[in-house]
Amino acid sequence: MIELDGVQRSYPVGAEPLVALKDVSARIAKGEYLAVMGPSGSGKSTLLNILGCLDRPTAGSYRLDGREVGTLSADALSEVRRHHIGFVFQSFHLIGRLSAHENVALPMLLAGIPEDDRRARISTALDAVGLVHRAHHRPNELSGGECQRVAIARATVMRPHILLADEPTGNLDTANGEQIMRLLERMNADGLTLVVVTHDPNIGRRSDRVLVLRDGEIVQRVPGRELRPDALFESRA
Amino acid sequence: MDAAGYLELGVGAVRSHRLRSMLSVLGIAIGIAAVILLTSIGEGTRRYMLAQFTQFGTNILGINPGKIDTLGIPGVFGGTTHKLTLDDAESIRRIPGIEAVAPVALGQARVAGNGRGRSVFVYGATPDLLEVLKFQIGQGSFLPPGDPRRGSLVAVLGPKLKRELFGEANALGRFVRVADTRLRVIGIMAPKGTLLGMDFDDVAYVPVTTAMRMFNLDEVQEIDVSFAHEGLSENVAENVRDLLVDRHGGREDFTITTQTEMLRVFHRVMDAVTATVAAIAAISLLVGAIGVFTMMWITVGERVGEIGLLRAVGATAREIHGLFLFEAVVLTVMGGALGVLAGLGIALVIRLAAPGLPLYTPIEYVVAALTLSAVTGMVAGVLPARRAAQLHPVEALRGE
Repeated sequence: MIELDGVQRSYPVGAEPLVALKDVSARIAKGEYLAVMGPSGSGKSTLLNILGCLDRPTAGSYRLDGREVGTLSADALSEVRRHHIGFVFQSFHLIGRLSAHENVALPMLLAGIPEDDRRARISTALDAVGLVHRAHHRPNELSGGECQRVAIARATVMRPHILLADEPTGNLDTANGEQIMRLLERMNADGLTLVVVTHDPNIGRRSDRVLVLRDGEIVQRVPGRELRPDALFESRA
Repeated sequence: MDAAGYLELGVGAVRSHRLRSMLSVLGIAIGIAAVILLTSIGEGTRRYMLAQFTQFGTNILGINPGKIDTLGIPGVFGGTTHKLTLDDAESIRRIPGIEAVAPVALGQARVAGNGRGRSVFVYGATPDLLEVLKFQIGQGSFLPPGDPRRGSLVAVLGPKLKRELFGEANALGRFVRVADTRLRVIGIMAPKGTLLGMDFDDVAYVPVTTAMRMFNLDEVQEIDVSFAHEGLSENVAENVRDLLVDRHGGREDFTITTQTEMLRVFHRVMDAVTATVAAIAAISLLVGAIGVFTMMWITVGERVGEIGLLRAVGATAREIHGLFLFEAVVLTVMGGALGVLAGLGIALVIRLAAPGLPLYTPIEYVVAALTLSAVTGMVAGVLPARRAAQLHPVEALRGE
């Protein structure tokens, strides 16, 4: 359960602080599939960073499973990320010198999970994304779709409750994008809370609920199926 | 993250840039090899010199006329020289703990015999000199005991001087002429070799009074004293000082040099030499450290995205700091190990090529060099590591 109350995030830029998020309140239920949409600069990424405990709100409250995390220390936030949150990025963020297997191992290495345990969990995670046979390939030997599947395996290997995906299909063709979304949705069906930031109304329409942001505020909350297929949130620039 | 995690991530990162990692490793290796080699030469020299110094033992002291504050040759710069006499030597002998007292009057003269001649140092001495310097007699006997003032007309030759004058023939009982005095050869010294540039095999010993007469001296240049053991050194020196001050009318116009003090000064000099040499070596290590620093700095810049990812999957700033610091230490310790091997290898080659050169590498130096390389890594890595740790996770993720 995610509870945001009056969350604000501003950056001290010059005399006037730059406000990226102003007064955002939302509840995200456990196991929900939420899409965050809006034009570039609307605060989607800022919101995702706060949800992912990569960043802290400058005002307001963020409770994760009833615990206030908005005011935690940096180290405590690392701990929350390590155990409760998985990230999937548009650009995959795989480490080029490491094989698929080693990339998936990374979060467990940081968490100090013993080697034997690690091996078993990596196999399970790679199996879930259908890449066991590619385990010892490096990212530059994998297709974009495969890279993103490795990234999903990495994001889920610590068995988090929440998966945050920032434009997960943004660098992929339609077929691969579809495959990735199915994978994410299957994990959501297994109980994982899924938050996807996207420009793509087709993805928005598949979600349980869509939050539309504009200028740092939630301007619309609609069930995904009610999102109009021609809703466009391309860059205003 | 546990140690295995650091090892896996750190070593993996170092291996991924093989060429430039090896170049930074090489920079450190050269520095450490220089440290090992130069300190080995310094330490080898110290041991060589120490062996030379302590041949006479550590339970001796020397008294010279004239008062000097630092070690050196008294009287050279015009300092006053109150006479140091045979009577002084005789009185010192009565101080408890003293085993032998050897007054020495030294001169340089041509020693002729068997139709040949040779210019050598002539030691005017007493039988006690043999005991003080721990020299061995080879043939015949040393200077005769008895009243040193008698000045018998006898001489003991160093083995080289004997060979130069008499060849392989027997020299005992034959005569040599020194500064117009005819002396009977009564003994030949056992070979001793060169000590600190002085060839003790190419000298002649005559009774001290004979030498003073030949060289027209009215005092001895030195009184060497030996005592039971090194522990008495200060005590004996104090007693000798009191006695001589008393005999010289309340003035301390002589200088006592104990072997203990000589060694202390020697070690101080050698410490300075070793420190200087180590400082020179440290410069090359510094250059290597700058290489590692540069490479780590660039690495952090290139791996901003990776840092962001690591933060996203739960790494704390401290873990990022530790990771990059560890990488730097891996580089410098590899360099250290390589440098130690290279240094020892070069030392071995030098020893084979020039066996006379004093080289000595104590195991502590090897351990110290490896420790130093690890410390170098920490110093070179601290700024890049801090830079990596201070990146905000959001900024770092955007950085790629």
